[in-house]
Amino acid sequence: MSILVTPKTKVLVQGITGSFGAKHAQLSIDYGTLIVAGVTPGKGGQFFEHGGKKVPIFDTVADAVKQTGATASAVFVPPPFAADAILEGADAGLELVVAITEGIPVRDMVRVKRAMEGNTKTRLIGPNCPGIVTPGEGKDSHGGCRIGIAPGYIHKKGNIGVVSRSGTLTYEAVWQLTSRGVGQSTCVGIGGDPVNGTSHLDVIKLFNADPETTGIIMIGEIGGSAEEEAAEWIKANCKKPVAGFIAGATAPPGRRMGHAGAIVSGGKGTAEAKIAAFKAAGIGIAVTPSEMADTLLKMM
Amino acid sequence: MNIHEYQAKQLLAKYGVTVPFEIPAKSLAEVRPAADKIVASGSSRVVVKSQIHAGGRGKGTFKSGYQGGVKVTASVDEAVVVAEKMLGQTLVTKQTGADGRLVQTLLLAAGAKIKKEFYLAVLLDRATSRPLIMASTEGGMDIEEVAEKHPEKIFKESIDPAVGIMPFQARKISAALGLKGDLFNAGVKLITGVYNTWWECDAAMVELNPLAVVELADGKETVMALDAKISLDDNALYRHKDILEMRDLNEEAPLEIEASKFALNYIKLDGSIACLVNGAGLAMSTMDIIQHFGGNPANFLDVGGGASKEQVTAAFKIILSDPHVKGILVNIFGGIMDCNVIATGIVAAVKETGLKLPLVVRLEGNNVAAGKKTLAESGVAIINGDSMADAAQKIVKAVVK
Repeated sequence: MSILVTPKTKVLVQGITGSFGAKHAQLSIDYGTLIVAGVTPGKGGQFFEHGGKKVPIFDTVADAVKQTGATASAVFVPPPFAADAILEGADAGLELVVAITEGIPVRDMVRVKRAMEGNTKTRLIGPNCPGIVTPGEGKDSHGGCRIGIAPGYIHKKGNIGVVSRSGTLTYEAVWQLTSRGVGQSTCVGIGGDPVNGTSHLDVIKLFNADPETTGIIMIGEIGGSAEEEAAEWIKANCKKPVAGFIAGATAPPGRRMGHAGAIVSGGKGTAEAKIAAFKAAGIGIAVTPSEMADTLLKMM
Repeated sequence: MNIHEYQAKQLLAKYGVTVPFEIPAKSLAEVRPAADKIVASGSSRVVVKSQIHAGGRGKGTFKSGYQGGVKVTASVDEAVVVAEKMLGQTLVTKQTGADGRLVQTLLLAAGAKIKKEFYLAVLLDRATSRPLIMASTEGGMDIEEVAEKHPEKIFKESIDPAVGIMPFQARKISAALGLKGDLFNAGVKLITGVYNTWWECDAAMVELNPLAVVELADGKETVMALDAKISLDDNALYRHKDILEMRDLNEEAPLEIEASKFALNYIKLDGSIACLVNGAGLAMSTMDIIQHFGGNPANFLDVGGGASKEQVTAAFKIILSDPHVKGILVNIFGGIMDCNVIATGIVAAVKETGLKLPLVVRLEGNNVAAGKKTLAESGVAIINGDSMADAAQKIVKAVVK
């Protein structure tokens, strides 16, 4: 098994006709992901064609869901319109909305979170995230479910769950695992923004409950306290080995390190505090990012 | 983005927050007429405040040796004398670093007879994803210190973004500050205005320290924002053209401004090993691993997902204009991008910039074998790094001899 998505998950792409959305829709189709619909307001009735496949485009997410049975979406809509796109996905009853868009104003996400409070049907991942991959069984993990912008081929079907706030650092961890012949159940990028839909803890709980996930790599970074909250829960509840890495030990306080959420402010959110919380929870610490996979494998 | 105190108060005033009578002056010629107006308004004193994007101004020292970036003066003439010592001078405070900041604007304000000082701030509470108002009776102090030593003196009120601040919430805060009678009602109005400024302007943080009860010339008391700091959500600036005009490029590092022109996210640090990385998380951890192996990172530099030849060339030029840099580590995980395209870009950038410093390149990902071949056959002195650890050790060894 896997968490959140399987190779059979039907995926729609919001913003499929934009250059970024189109490029990654093509890559997902190449990977074997079931991209069943695209949504671009005003282009309903047209088709997105790639690799011999004709993906129907709809004006609304509701139409796309009704016509194709899609249950998950990838949001590639530009920042000013992204909050609207996320809530449209929730309104249409999607189970999973993965917001890739970087640069959504915090106030918009505050409103989105508030509007989705109590919504048990739709889970939001992101925004500002690489997305989610459940590797497939084919060559270079072909046939998996890829929602977002991660390179599919670096994955391998297996039993390790990976959760991270960062994109390329996630790929680094996945690649370390795959190079050692170790596969992944699902890899989830939760995004680098201060307000996001799904936390480290949410994903850890899913991995803990997934019978086919046998070990977890959790990658965090400076800012906020989501890593500490996850660590506290892991200490009391997690039955599986967890290895962790925190990026940003050398970041100067008060400066935003690329990600909008990666900032040490008022002495809070330091790498030091997060690493201490990891240690207290029995999480294996990767001292350098080169050792993320090895740290977990030693624990297993 | 940060803005100056006087700009923050202009925004606050728009939302009904009382601020002192004050006038910014960008040249000495503007100082005397501004001070005249302040005295004419009935204030016997004129406060002269250096405008820089850093705290600790009052206790700061100018490089000229002159003490204090904020002064209370007793006359127009004295205000002009003080202004001459501040304007065009570099002020060093505990927040500016040793380089200090050039004072290019002064704020001249009516002197206030302070009866009581408070702290008031609005920020995002990341744990709840909701706005949070923080207030304390311990005004004029370092709030982090108050939070640590007297957490019971900090009052917090969470705001439901679906309805915004409700009057009862502003009343709770006004009561927590101990305001009574007319001051209580003035406090409610001010707190509401501060929250609305945060929300409507897409601020990341609005902070009044101090917010104060002051006695006016006629003996009446009122509450006003004596000092104010606002930082804004960069992602929302596209919908605030008026606020964007408040950007002061003099307050930003020139190299960081240059980097932003090429969609590079660059932050200068104090070390000697520069790094060039794709992705924020990987860039942070590249800095970390340099330090882990005994080096010091000279910068944070995220080239984003692409890493085109133009970007890499621009990045090298920016890195090389930092005289402390003794070596460069390039760490690229080319997930989707073809590593050979990246390698070709790196070689071209090295040739164009005439790079002489040690350069370690660690490439991983799509078509990496071809990329490494391109680097090896380029005739350019590039040290190959196999993993992040290997690359970091090699650049540290090359630099820290």
